[in-house]
Amino acid sequence: MAHIALAAGFGLILLGLYAALTHRDILRMIVGFVIADTGVNVVLVAVGYLPERTAPILDDAVPVAEAGARIIDPVPQALVLTAIVIGLGVSALMLAYAYRLFRLHGSLDISDFTELKW
Amino acid sequence: MIRKAFIALALLLFGVLFATLWAGYVPDPALNRTAAYYAANAKPEIGAPNIVTAIIITWRGLDTLGEVTVLFLTAAIVGMVLVPSRARASGVVFRPAGELLATGARMIAPLVVLLGGYVLANGHLTPGGGFQGGAILASAVLLMLLADPARRFGHKLIGRIESASGVTYVGLGLLGMLVAGGFLDNSVLPLGRFGAMLSAGIIPLISAVIGLKVGAEFASILMTLEETEDA
Repeated sequence: MAHIALAAGFGLILLGLYAALTHRDILRMIVGFVIADTGVNVVLVAVGYLPERTAPILDDAVPVAEAGARIIDPVPQALVLTAIVIGLGVSALMLAYAYRLFRLHGSLDISDFTELKW
Repeated sequence: MIRKAFIALALLLFGVLFATLWAGYVPDPALNRTAAYYAANAKPEIGAPNIVTAIIITWRGLDTLGEVTVLFLTAAIVGMVLVPSRARASGVVFRPAGELLATGARMIAPLVVLLGGYVLANGHLTPGGGFQGGAILASAVLLMLLADPARRFGHKLIGRIESASGVTYVGLGLLGMLVAGGFLDNSVLPLGRFGAMLSAGIIPLISAVIGLKVGAEFASILMTLEETEDA
């Protein structure tokens, strides 16, 4: 189970990097980055998974006394919650800057932006 | 050509790295010490059944405050970078939304807000909490913007909600320093009965404050993006 999720996460990261590196359109590069971001989140959650355990919420199914033996690791889940929110902020900023670039140059093709080229 | 070779090489290296990690991965047989501490002390120390919320709001509360600050900065920068649409100022009228979307939005938006409030208020008991609830609240704003692109929510009101909840969040943290064990300490309020709606110290209060703040920030990002749209 954890191996399948890990493979999916790593696959998403590679796919996102491939998209970000090969596409020339800035919007498509942003989509690539977002896919890679999702992959990182999947990998983190998968690492916190332990076989045959349940969600880290204490209720009738998970009595407090047995919690240590019944739940999966809650720390990666808390980290991923943070990562999702920050990822949203990063995507919003990338899109805002892409819009600004389009306004300035009338183009979203990365090869039209030569200022930083060497 | 060289560019393509470099891209292939970089991806290949990453692929080898990931494959090695994947092949050598063995799930832990038991919780590590940090997680075991959190599992054992969520009830006596925090009083919250949802351990993830207990970590986010109390044990790592300072990080969450930082995270909310990052979101605030994002909303501020998006507002700064995007300029209001020229089409809007020159009086271009948008095509109205379809009947289905307009009626549907009117019907569903209050329910979405209700769900957001529910997720906010139950963050310490069930999956959910401030960030999730705030995102749901902002999705109601998005729905209303989709149904009526010309609609204007007051930027001033959203800004006031945002800053009031931010000040309350920091104020609750400081109150913890005065009354309880330290910044953002949970025992400002009594822990209450385990699993009850009003329990787990100040977690429900902080959840609500985070939810309002996150909802206001997302809403302000959405509104800025909307106002930039050119017909």
